[in-house]
Amino acid sequence: MKQLKSTLALATAAIVLSVSGFAHAGATLDGVKKKGFVQCGVSDGLPGFSVPDKNGKILGIDADICRAVAAAVFGDATKVKFSQLNAKERFTALQSGEVDVLSRNTTWTSSRDAGMGMVFAGVTYYDGVGFLVNNKLGVKSAKELDGATICIQAGTTTELNVSDYFRANNLKYTPITFDTSDESAKSLESGRCDVLTSDKSQLYAQRTKLANPNDYVVLPETISKEPLGPVVRKGDEDWFSIVKWTLFAMLNAEEAGITSKNVVAEAKSTKNPDVARLLGADGEYGKDLKLPKDWVVQIVSQVGNYGEVFEKNLGKSTPLAIDRGLNALWNNGGIQYAPPVR
Amino acid sequence: MTTHVFKPDMPPPGNRIGIVAWARANLFSSWLNTLLTLFAFYLIWLIVPPLLSWTILDANWVGSTRADCTKDGACWVFIQQRFGQFMYGYYPTELRWRVDLSVWLAVIGAAPLFISRFKHKAIYGLGFLVVYPILAYSLLHGGHWGLTNVATSQWGGLMLTLVIATVGIAGALPLGILLALGRRSDMPAIRVVCVTFIEFWRGVPLITVLFMSSVMLPLFLPEGMNFDKLLRALIGVILFQSAYVAEVVRGGLQAIPKGQYEAAAAMGLGYWRSMGLVILPQALKLVIPGIVNTFIALFKDTSLVIIIGLFDLLNSVKQAAADPTWLGMATEGYVFAALVFWIFCFGMSRYSMHLEHKLDTGHKR
Repeated sequence: MKQLKSTLALATAAIVLSVSGFAHAGATLDGVKKKGFVQCGVSDGLPGFSVPDKNGKILGIDADICRAVAAAVFGDATKVKFSQLNAKERFTALQSGEVDVLSRNTTWTSSRDAGMGMVFAGVTYYDGVGFLVNNKLGVKSAKELDGATICIQAGTTTELNVSDYFRANNLKYTPITFDTSDESAKSLESGRCDVLTSDKSQLYAQRTKLANPNDYVVLPETISKEPLGPVVRKGDEDWFSIVKWTLFAMLNAEEAGITSKNVVAEAKSTKNPDVARLLGADGEYGKDLKLPKDWVVQIVSQVGNYGEVFEKNLGKSTPLAIDRGLNALWNNGGIQYAPPVR
Repeated sequence: MTTHVFKPDMPPPGNRIGIVAWARANLFSSWLNTLLTLFAFYLIWLIVPPLLSWTILDANWVGSTRADCTKDGACWVFIQQRFGQFMYGYYPTELRWRVDLSVWLAVIGAAPLFISRFKHKAIYGLGFLVVYPILAYSLLHGGHWGLTNVATSQWGGLMLTLVIATVGIAGALPLGILLALGRRSDMPAIRVVCVTFIEFWRGVPLITVLFMSSVMLPLFLPEGMNFDKLLRALIGVILFQSAYVAEVVRGGLQAIPKGQYEAAAAMGLGYWRSMGLVILPQALKLVIPGIVNTFIALFKDTSLVIIIGLFDLLNSVKQAAADPTWLGMATEGYVFAALVFWIFCFGMSRYSMHLEHKLDTGHKR
């Protein structure tokens, strides 16, 4: 969802920067501790990333990152309040201090990282623009899409990505733009377009909207890089480190085979020095981050490791059924890699 | 002597009465009419049967998950499952009685105003307008009298739509009337202020007002000072709508003949009394259609709060449709939202017609 990249947001951000000064290091952590909860900005409804259930509880991988931060800071994953933000207001909300962390499927780009008074704390999900096609077309690769009619959601950077890709590969295509994802899904189904394009994570969601999801397939190519991750305000290193290392801790836990089921037992009895350091059984690594000794135990026992969170929200057991792909660990064919705790 | 007895009248010929004659006169009176009629029937045949089968005959009514929607038609199970959310947003389930209670208080409290025999309407009405909002706010927001606080960020659904619409209407009407009077005032300072205000707010789209209130305003406030988002939106809506109401009311004021103003002055009435007792009652009656028009537009415009991330009825529907377990149910949701909006807007327009009829003093042409 790169609508957020709108120039308006940039203009707003520029004004914000000129108006508000930067907070001193540690201000956010102090503020959060005083308030007693983490104020977390999430999207206003994106399947698998953050979407409210029947009772209004926000589910999704973006929301779980915030829960993990709360678990690390307070030892209680429920001490988090969510602000559902739309694409246009998300950066203002972060810059003005309305939210402490913005975990809202936001693509990490240079202009956002350097030019808008905020910093990205890591990558929760490696996304990219892909294509969804009907099996009947018999297309196996995006290179075979010459002359295709493509449904695109208007006002997103997907439009730009697709035109770049087709120009670079010397292919012709006819774009049809739609305002909402529901419209474009209907058009694919009715045959108005041959191909539906969007971020891959969203293509899986789109596919479940179709009458016969199994007739459609997501092509292997990913034509743009969209690393999505949590964002914090610049100039507040303590808080930045906490969010960054919360994510790393979840990845390290998965790599070490620590799950929400076995974490408590492992913390007591582990023989593995890496795991002992990670879980606070050996050393005082939490203190450097201004966190309690058992911060990783709290994160993993209450929220889960990265793999568990991924499976719960996006994986095979959900209607989205997304492959780990790039988001698998580095030693498992993916590129998710976390520096060690030591 | 035989009395002449008239034969009873013959009934009109068969082709002059009944449904056949009506159809002939109205549907098939010329070849062009016949053609149009057939075309219209064709359109109805095209649209109605699929619509009926989708909404009712083939629709899925019972169940609790998406898998229960096995038939081809609409999946109303989705609406049923999310109904509470569409009505109350994220208002905590166990506290929803407070919303219901405030609605009932409004209905019961306002009832005497609709009974024509009730004597002290003016005083009662004013009292109600002062007491009810305080009561409703305390109930909905809580935080005292032993009621748990429910932050406005948890308000949503139809409840939020109604809060914005009623507060908007109740705030915009008096402000609009004052602005209209101010614009026609003899005092230059007041006139200039009112004209500037009206022209400014009429000159910007509501969406811009809301956007400014939610995206720009926080940047100018000191850090940590959080102005409630709903309050910001409400103020924006009131200011915006009052400019429109002012212009409608001004139209009414201009339609009152000068003689009425002079007659009121000749009776020795001062400005406020001549306005309140003579001019405004006539002027407002004239502009009921215009005012109601503005309010219906306001009611529908409440869905623009989607832009600032408030979860009114429409936004709740949109969000529920993004739930992975209910993907693809957007159509049902939007149809439901349209129906709810239509019921309220149609209700308002019928009430305004009733009001016009009741207040009619024979000036209608």
